[in-house]
Amino acid sequence: MSKLSQLFAEKPNRLCSVYFTSGYPKLNDTGTIIKNLEKAGVDFLEVGLPYSDPMADGPTIQETSSIALKNGINLDLIFNQLEEIKNQVSIPLIAMGYFNQVVRYGAEKFCEKCQSVGIQTLVLPDMPMIEYEQTYKSMFAKYGLSNVFLITPQTSEERIKKIDEMTDAFIYVVASSSITGAKGTISKAQIDYFNRIKSYNLKSTLIAGFGISSKDTFDTVCEHVNGAIIGSAFVKYVGANGVDKIDNFVKEIIGN
Amino acid sequence: MSEFQVDKNGYYGQFGGAYIPELLYPNVKELEDNYLEIIQSEAFQKEYLYLLKQYVGRPTPLYYAPNLSDKYGAHIYLKREDLNHTGAHKVNNTIGQILIAKHLGKKRIIAETGAGQHGVATATVCALMNLECIVFMGEVDIKRQAPNVARMKMLGAKVVAATSGSKTLKDATNEAIRDWIQHPEETYYLIGSVVGPHPYPDMVARLQAIISEEIKWQLKEQTGKENPDTIIACVGGGSNAAGAFYHYMDEKQVELVAVEAAGLGVNSGESAATSQLGQVGVIHGSKTILMQDEYGQIVEPYSISAGLDYPGVGPLHAHLYHSKRGTFLNATDQEALDAAFELTKLEGIIPALETSHALAVLPKMDLKKNQVIVINLSGRGDKDLETYITELEKREA
Repeated sequence: MSKLSQLFAEKPNRLCSVYFTSGYPKLNDTGTIIKNLEKAGVDFLEVGLPYSDPMADGPTIQETSSIALKNGINLDLIFNQLEEIKNQVSIPLIAMGYFNQVVRYGAEKFCEKCQSVGIQTLVLPDMPMIEYEQTYKSMFAKYGLSNVFLITPQTSEERIKKIDEMTDAFIYVVASSSITGAKGTISKAQIDYFNRIKSYNLKSTLIAGFGISSKDTFDTVCEHVNGAIIGSAFVKYVGANGVDKIDNFVKEIIGN
Repeated sequence: MSEFQVDKNGYYGQFGGAYIPELLYPNVKELEDNYLEIIQSEAFQKEYLYLLKQYVGRPTPLYYAPNLSDKYGAHIYLKREDLNHTGAHKVNNTIGQILIAKHLGKKRIIAETGAGQHGVATATVCALMNLECIVFMGEVDIKRQAPNVARMKMLGAKVVAATSGSKTLKDATNEAIRDWIQHPEETYYLIGSVVGPHPYPDMVARLQAIISEEIKWQLKEQTGKENPDTIIACVGGGSNAAGAFYHYMDEKQVELVAVEAAGLGVNSGESAATSQLGQVGVIHGSKTILMQDEYGQIVEPYSISAGLDYPGVGPLHAHLYHSKRGTFLNATDQEALDAAFELTKLEGIIPALETSHALAVLPKMDLKKNQVIVINLSGRGDKDLETYITELEKREA
């Protein structure tokens, strides 16, 4: 059983996940960020693999990725940083990057490295489902990796059900049809969308992402799905405040 | 079916496909499900061909260039895409896609642009069809192609600066995709080249195919044969080359020469010669050849020409390169400038900087006497006057 499945079995709601950009604000902040987020009570983490052309991300993550790349971050360094803290953290880790990074690094080598540093879940937003089914599903499985698919308000019921079938981690519910970092509150239309998805009685855990930036939005979203991922808001926070006061940010949102 | 046509999964050999986030899936699927039916419909064909004739000014001439021919000892014909309304081949595609967008009921049109030619061509058809138009353009390109920025604004388009990365075409494309993700329902993304997720490369190639369709009958009219020995076109993303090659791809005796921008030199670190410097990867939703580092990070390209300053190449061209059906050459900034001045003096035609790269390979080719060559003169040089003036001052000093 993967760490994530275990977590979902123990805690079915108000799951809080945080995305961070590896190598940002400083090249070697990765380990500290992970340890501090775990201490602060976050349930699982998305380790962002900075990419030069992150087309599914908003300006905050694009900008921090570009700074991280200038800092000198790369996949080998990230894997080394994760290796160093492997025995000090137990929180489930997800790697989030782009398909080209995996292909160029060597998909098999990438999977092997993920397994050895304790990553069990991947989010590759631009990997086509057909490539996953034909090529990568079996490769990922060989290394104990499961893949997360995204759905949006425009995703058809048929496709959502197909994704549900293929999922053994969770479904990433894109909260708005906008990109990450969009501001504001959770609208009536978004709540209708969550309720529509719930009405399909899917087997998968539902985690919402994109546009969740405050206690308010986190609480509202958690009334409808199992949890939420906070990305841009956290990345902005560490950019402004450094990595030492992460628990202030987390407590503000999950309200411990 | 031709081995150079896209297959049912959207691939040219191993290249192509649709590597897109789920957020874009419904839009791309909608287009994929409808584009062929729309393009092949009688109503579309009628309106498309009418506008190309009466609005764009097609057919464009196939001009025998006597002085250039003399100089190189070959028979050189110029396909005058520079004489199209808006000054380049780009409008063939925007006329077609705006009709498709209208058919799909889209109200808001977005586009990326490098040199500004596609931006102008998009703003033009949006003015014609009374549709909202937003053009994303790299901050660097906004500076080096100021006349086109002014034209777009005058045509009623909103020009948005892309300020990330190299602030050029690649980044403008990222911004356009991001905007599309934010406005998935009412927005149509009018891509300007044979790049992007399937069906864009095939759709744009079909809309540019009018170029080679005309070359065939025009050459036959002038020489008695519809096939030249060689066709030369410049390649950034590759839309003018796709159009010029389209009806010749299966005619294996016709040599297809694609010319990339070498910038300061292929190995100078300041280049955009993708086929020479790239490896297989994914960019802007398509598997192709692209310039990247060992970790798959996309390398920022360089060329004097904003329209060729792109780290990838359309999947059709990746396939032509990989299968060796296409011959890929390149030209440096200086070689392109020299070629622009040469054509201007010899034939009285000022070409765009992009096009000048295609002309610049003539001295490097091993030409046979009486070899029949068609060069796709993809655009005119008005937009590049500032660069040409600087070069002129250098030459006069």
